[in-house]
Amino acid sequence: MAYTSNGRTVEADEEGYLVNIGEWNEELALQIAKDENVDLTPEHWEVINFLREYYAEYQIAPAIRVLTKALAKRLGPDKGNNKYLYELFPYGPAKQACKIGGLPKPTGCI
Amino acid sequence: MADFEVPVLNDIPKTPELAPGASAHLKPFVAAPAHQEALGFPGELVEDWHDKAIAKMGDLLGKYRSLQVYMDACVKCGACTDKCHYFLGTGDPKNMPVARQDLFRSVYRKHFTLGGKLFPQLVGAKDLTREMLDDWYSYFHQCSQCRRCSVFCPYGIDTAEVSMAAREVMDHIGLGQKYCNEIIGKVHKIGNNLGLPEPALADTLEGLAEDVKDETGHDVLFPLDVEGADVLLVTPSADFFAEPHVDGLIGYAKVFHQAGVSWTLSSKASEAANFAMFIGSYENMVRVARRIREAAIELKVKRIIFGECGHAWRVAYSFLNTLAGPWDFLDPRYPRPQHILEFTHDLIKRGGIKLDKSGNQGMVLTFHDSCNVARASRMGDMPGGQFGIPREVIAACVPKFVDMHPDTIGEKTFCCGGGGGLLTDDLMEIRVKGAQPRAEALKAVVEQEGVTHMAAICAICKSQFTKVLPKYGFEMDMIVSVHQLVSKAILLGNND
Repeated sequence: MAYTSNGRTVEADEEGYLVNIGEWNEELALQIAKDENVDLTPEHWEVINFLREYYAEYQIAPAIRVLTKALAKRLGPDKGNNKYLYELFPYGPAKQACKIGGLPKPTGCI
Repeated sequence: MADFEVPVLNDIPKTPELAPGASAHLKPFVAAPAHQEALGFPGELVEDWHDKAIAKMGDLLGKYRSLQVYMDACVKCGACTDKCHYFLGTGDPKNMPVARQDLFRSVYRKHFTLGGKLFPQLVGAKDLTREMLDDWYSYFHQCSQCRRCSVFCPYGIDTAEVSMAAREVMDHIGLGQKYCNEIIGKVHKIGNNLGLPEPALADTLEGLAEDVKDETGHDVLFPLDVEGADVLLVTPSADFFAEPHVDGLIGYAKVFHQAGVSWTLSSKASEAANFAMFIGSYENMVRVARRIREAAIELKVKRIIFGECGHAWRVAYSFLNTLAGPWDFLDPRYPRPQHILEFTHDLIKRGGIKLDKSGNQGMVLTFHDSCNVARASRMGDMPGGQFGIPREVIAACVPKFVDMHPDTIGEKTFCCGGGGGLLTDDLMEIRVKGAQPRAEALKAVVEQEGVTHMAAICAICKSQFTKVLPKYGFEMDMIVSVHQLVSKAILLGNND
């Protein structure tokens, strides 16, 4: 499949993850989020931005504990938990947030 | 994702009405050339795929006598027909174990038996047409290789082995499954299913040590690549990454800490899983298993302990010596390898760790036996140890423990619905439907016994249930790791 962003075609795999993560931009994120039925709020963006920062350093999405800890710092302790992340990204924070943030899908027994 | 109807849970389990073709549309994404080639398979479907497939079948029938016996032994008695969770969840007759096997068996008869060559229609012999190949791809990826059907087969025919052989044949003609093959490639290249590089692993473990310090005040370590440690812990990489898996990892660390046993994780063998078993690839299984050997030798450990991972324990318990032995450099006084539950169980028995059930106050637990642990391995030094040991550990940690219906536990346990390389989003429909029998048994103990949580000892089971139980109205955090319960109950510090 593919997305169209500013008149350009951006290639994605069968599930909608970008083939070339360098092609991601915020407008594209809005488009992917729409396909996923997720309305991006500032809290969603906190998650997406943290994922992208972490990915830039470690070439992988952060583990759930790393993510919840970072969110507790950024959004307050009541929001640093798995349940809250599922409220933001009902299909699972690791997979859905990565997709919207233009990062590869984490694989394995998760 | 296509919409589908979530099955309604029955109070008394029922055999479904037959629904031919009900799950014919379900098939996983095909592996890309890069995923295939990294494993030594052709990138895409080869031109002479029919002949190559038959030749590979011949190769496997010659190598594995068991496969030959399974092809010939079936008498169509029907004992297996209603034993598969995917049949029970879909009603598709091709998900009856015998019918699934027959997809392979009919081609076997056509090409490898005299009757099939001379009178194909009389003996149900069929050629491997494109249509048949599509059926293979679809239905051999609707088998989680859980082996429940084999328990009921009077001949002990193992559908898992047939499904592994079919996948091996398909890989060799360039028709692999994306989920498994991409993951095995990551293990070869990076060391684990997730693709978690060493710096990320180190950072994650450091964070966990901080968390435990904050929560308990104790310096519980999560050592990585420590040469000279006594124990190498090999655990699924989901334990580093996901919930509730990571709570189990914290439990292992607390047990090692309290027992005073030096241990380490390895960035090279940062994965217990061996998905090469799911695709029946012996060569890839060896390659994955040898990382553990190399890590053990480099780190000069004396013991190897496996974390909570179902099929990894099958590979470790049943095949590790063949794949990557001999393990004569390890301390012979301990099982080689040992399961983390054997280790913890032994400590509980000897009073080496002390537990306080109030750490899990208000919880009523049941236990989901993972298929590969239940039917393909053992624990401890007595028959049935793989059933008794986890239950004894759980019972020591929680106020109340209750088992589900006897037809759904122990050696008759139902698969979670996501095993055998099916834990992928593109197979969500079959995963949800295949979880129906387990969800029914769970519902009964929730309603009758007040069960609040279900524990499991397999990363796949934990992820699968977290995802699919909510479809049946359960909370996602109802599923817990066994060592998560240990973690909450264990008394740290000096308890003399």
